[in-house]
Amino acid sequence: MGSESNIKLLDENGIRLDGRTPEQLRPIKIETNVLERADGSAYIEWGGNKIMVAVYGPREGYPKHTQDIEKAVVKARYNMAAFSVDERKRPGPDRRSVEISKVVSEALSSAIMVEQFPRAQIDVFIEVMQADAGTRIAGLTAASVAVASAGIPMRDMVVGCTAGKVEGKVVLDLSKEEDNFGQADLPMAVLSSSKKIVLIQMDGDLSLEEFDQASEMILKATDNIAEIQRNALTSRYSVESIGDGE
Amino acid sequence: MPRDALGVLSEIKRSFITKQLKEGKRGDGRGVLDFREASITTNYVPRAAGSAMVQLGKTRVLAGVKIESGEPFPDTPNSGVLTTNVELLPMAFPTFEAGPPNETSIEIARVVDRGIRESKMIDTQKLVIEPGKKVWIVFVDINIMDFDGNLIDACTLAAVSALRTAYIPASKEGGKDMPLPVDQIPVSVTMVKIGDEIVCDPDLEEEQLGSARLTVTTTEDGHIRAMQKGDSGSFTLDEIKKAIKISSDTGAALRKKYFS
Repeated sequence: MGSESNIKLLDENGIRLDGRTPEQLRPIKIETNVLERADGSAYIEWGGNKIMVAVYGPREGYPKHTQDIEKAVVKARYNMAAFSVDERKRPGPDRRSVEISKVVSEALSSAIMVEQFPRAQIDVFIEVMQADAGTRIAGLTAASVAVASAGIPMRDMVVGCTAGKVEGKVVLDLSKEEDNFGQADLPMAVLSSSKKIVLIQMDGDLSLEEFDQASEMILKATDNIAEIQRNALTSRYSVESIGDGE
Repeated sequence: MPRDALGVLSEIKRSFITKQLKEGKRGDGRGVLDFREASITTNYVPRAAGSAMVQLGKTRVLAGVKIESGEPFPDTPNSGVLTTNVELLPMAFPTFEAGPPNETSIEIARVVDRGIRESKMIDTQKLVIEPGKKVWIVFVDINIMDFDGNLIDACTLAAVSALRTAYIPASKEGGKDMPLPVDQIPVSVTMVKIGDEIVCDPDLEEEQLGSARLTVTTTEDGHIRAMQKGDSGSFTLDEIKKAIKISSDTGAALRKKYFS
């Protein structure tokens, strides 16, 4: 994990730099159907993260050799804008974003009924406009909403959260400072009703007990985040809301 | 991971492996948690600062370390640099192609790198020549020569073995050559889920059959230093906890066998 610092990440009462308790999430807001051209889309604000997701497809797999004769291929592309971070990031894919794109694609494939669309591809474009720690999970959580808004059949929604360790204590939903100077980072995403884990990564230093604590915290939090996802979809697509629009 | 040359595992093989596993048996006679025998040949390439040829079952990888002086990253002026790269050589598999790293090789390299970095195997603070200006840059390059599953663990074994035997060519900077300071020994254990079974150190067929993959890298204290799930299947939290336990137990055994 990150380097040593003199910043005190937790005060004597266990309150974090941004005033949160160890198990408190940052504010999350999701909107759906925010883009005109895409088949589905979503926008998420999670703390200082601002991420736009567009979904195209299912459409014919291209190039042809990437097609799967048994199912659709989910191609997520996680991309950070050059201005999304403190130091300008060179535009275009780097090794980190290639890895994130891979694990996010795999996580979404677990939820999407890919077997219904052999030889097709589903493109998911995740554009991080402003980054504030936890972008892969925020992007994936929004991507799940965008896929649903595209009307693509899914067996479940994907919802995630991170936990980590700062000053020896397990905390939920790391902030940027906690991510930079903390001792561990555990991003995790599950299918929201079955709680099956579809994305898990970790770096840093966690004991087995700390892992147990962190994973329980995440699972609990995903219930709340799933509720925000649901509200985003129902407020846009329920019969009442469509009626209001007309 | 790539599918086999024909693109699919034959149905007969698939049902055979699955049926065997239900009885706790594997194609090559191993138990579900057993690793294939590994042979590690260090200093395989004397021209490198450190190297190791690792054969894990029929998977074969060669790791080489080069250490050169260079500029530190601006945000970590007082620490050396570690970079890990994996190349899937076309000789290793019918569908591997020459060219820039793809998502498979990038993922392997980054998971191996995370294990080494987060375990604090190398004390990068000791790699400073001139604070803020000049540090040692440790390049770990891993070539995949022959592919029969579980590249992540083979690559971690090879990288760790090569780093343990590496020396810093300090004579080039007016000092004396010295061994690379290494401390912790990270060991990665990769498992795949086939049906409801968790299988350690999958060979190619098992990897293709698996619905999801999990790598857990631990250090001697039993702490988790890196984790990575792969493939489009899923794990329950209980399965993950079980896998972590397996990794720390198996990791301890492997550490003892190959690194003591």
